[in-house]
Amino acid sequence: MLMNGAQAVLESLKKEGVDVVFGYPGGAVLTLYDAVYNMNFRHILTRHEQGAVHAADGYARATGKVGVVFATSGPGATNLITGIATACTDSVPLVCFTGQVANPYIGKDSFQEADIFGITTPITKHNYLVKDANELPRIIKEAFFIARTGRPGPVVIDVAKDVFDTQIDYVYPDTVKLRGYSGKYEGDEKEIDTVVAALKAAKKPLFFVGGGINGSDTAEEMGLILDKLKTPVASTLLGLGTVAADRPGYLGFAGMHGAYGANMAIQECDLLLCVGMRFSDRVTGKVAEFAPHAKVVHFELDLAEINKNVNADLRVLGDLRWSLPIFRQKIFAADDDFAARFAPWLEHVTAIHVAHPFGYKEEGDVIKPEALIAKVSELSDENTVAVTDVGQHQMWAAQFFKTYRPRHFLTSGGQGTMGYGLPAAMGAKLGKPEQKVILFTGDGSIMMNCQEFATIADNDIDVKVIVVHNSILGMVGQWQRLFYQHHYSQSELKGKTDFVKLAEAMGVKGYRLTKKEELDSKLPQILAEKGAALIDVIVPEEEDVLPMVPGGKRLDEMVLGD
Amino acid sequence: MKKYLLAVLVDNKPGVLTHVSGLISRRAFNIESISAGYTEEEAVTRINIVVSVESENELDQVVNQLSKLIDVIKIVNLTKYDSIARELVMIKVRATRETRAEIIDVVNVFRANIVDVTPENVVIELTGQQSKIDAVIEVLSEYEIIEIARTGAIALSRGPVPVKKM
Repeated sequence: MLMNGAQAVLESLKKEGVDVVFGYPGGAVLTLYDAVYNMNFRHILTRHEQGAVHAADGYARATGKVGVVFATSGPGATNLITGIATACTDSVPLVCFTGQVANPYIGKDSFQEADIFGITTPITKHNYLVKDANELPRIIKEAFFIARTGRPGPVVIDVAKDVFDTQIDYVYPDTVKLRGYSGKYEGDEKEIDTVVAALKAAKKPLFFVGGGINGSDTAEEMGLILDKLKTPVASTLLGLGTVAADRPGYLGFAGMHGAYGANMAIQECDLLLCVGMRFSDRVTGKVAEFAPHAKVVHFELDLAEINKNVNADLRVLGDLRWSLPIFRQKIFAADDDFAARFAPWLEHVTAIHVAHPFGYKEEGDVIKPEALIAKVSELSDENTVAVTDVGQHQMWAAQFFKTYRPRHFLTSGGQGTMGYGLPAAMGAKLGKPEQKVILFTGDGSIMMNCQEFATIADNDIDVKVIVVHNSILGMVGQWQRLFYQHHYSQSELKGKTDFVKLAEAMGVKGYRLTKKEELDSKLPQILAEKGAALIDVIVPEEEDVLPMVPGGKRLDEMVLGD
Repeated sequence: MKKYLLAVLVDNKPGVLTHVSGLISRRAFNIESISAGYTEEEAVTRINIVVSVESENELDQVVNQLSKLIDVIKIVNLTKYDSIARELVMIKVRATRETRAEIIDVVNVFRANIVDVTPENVVIELTGQQSKIDAVIEVLSEYEIIEIARTGAIALSRGPVPVKKM
């Protein structure tokens, strides 16, 4: 079929099952946007390209589908960089189409020219510069395949402007031919046998579940394994929701601000079964003394992650969709009453966990941030998708918001991208329109992409935005209190900004809560209302996120709250 | 630090070198030399990398991270195999009437070639292992070395099996 490059892009998106694109037009993508107009393709116009890429990320994390972004050349494309890096570190599948200047202008420092192929190389799973329109169908097919298979990640397709205008005889390929990439990760079953043997020898095993379970949609399989083995289980930040918050033996998330019980269990266990996680420095503490008594097992698809930060004594290399069902079958067939043998250990760890829950002190009439999040959690059902920005509120959300299902806690973990939250929540809601979406953000983070209130209002996207408003960059302030003699260097936000008016100015309802009693008298109605709302919640400035493993310390050297 | 020679087969497509060099810089790997060229297969480029690492673990990281690149078809650590490594160097040395004969002696001892002569200089070409090249440079540095160009090492395994079938 004859069509131009722009139509070929949209035709290919349809074939890939894409139902919405997030983007922002500009000179190099005018023809592409003309095709959007003519084909009436569903497109959400964000108010900044960074909003578009985070929205696509939120959409992808919530749905498991590939998020798609359009942006123009030069500054349009460079505005995507933070979002692409965020998606890359957290293994989120995106396909980003960026316009490039027309072929004859490439390399001439032309208007709105930037080397997006070069710039995005270290922050993408793969990227392309398309100079020949005939290559477009093959490249789009490959891009979606690469983004969604294996360890998911972002793919950038930089398309020269004239490629969109060039007529081609369009045929979308059925298959992908890549010599260096199959997208299949089936490993060696014998590796699983060694893990079963290790389990039989173990007395104190602990599962440690990560974002890979979200990414591979294997939470159910993981649940069956835990049902059988009845071991305690800890999560990473990105693993939240892969194990239901109310599962017996679930210890919460581990790491720098993680649960005391989870960290202690890691340091005490004799077999640590790590599933789909990558041993970030935020989760290991002092890496040389991480899990000192444990044989470490690593279920992982990406060979480069094995032994990268923590040496694995045993590995199961392969897709969790392959390894976990086989592992389940083998432990169900094993001649060992695992649950009974592990019961004393489970009881021991659970007792530590129960004795040291996440806590906080009430102070008179003020709203404590932890109490706020606990209250929102109580008012939310199991289908609620929680999204966070980055900073203190993010850690409190991880601690106090109870997540029961995979893909229901969306946060920028690896990059810690402030400004992620609002657009990501918007994307999540578009992907899951039937589910409630609540964003926890801070008065620092929200300003980094607050222009997206306009997008939310104009598209009637029902997101409840809870601003944990402490008038400081809370996490920066906490470190300045602890390690920099209380010098609040450039971290105080005691400005004149009125967040309620800010939201209202863009067409979103705004509310302000200042007193503890309002968590009961006002919050439930606000959350139950239809339509987007910002809830500006005034909280005390000097509240620390605790417990805490100070940088370079072991996980069992946590500083506890009082 | 130990050096290893990696043979990396990649798709012969634009941007591949960007991907490989971008990865090396992002992961802060120490590269001694890198060279690339066409192969017996039109669609395949061979990149020869000499990497310098502290440990086998670090080497595994280099290999595993490079393997993840979509356009990398195969990586083989040729240091593990019985293989022949060679490097080409060209050295431009100041050569006057007084020193030229001595320089020619050095060239003959090392079985190098003189590929250009002017009244003021000679250009010497030598192929060999890195140690041999280092040695000739050391001797020639007694004269004035004007310029050096080196290719970095390339290698093939001994016997009939190519890297793509290893």
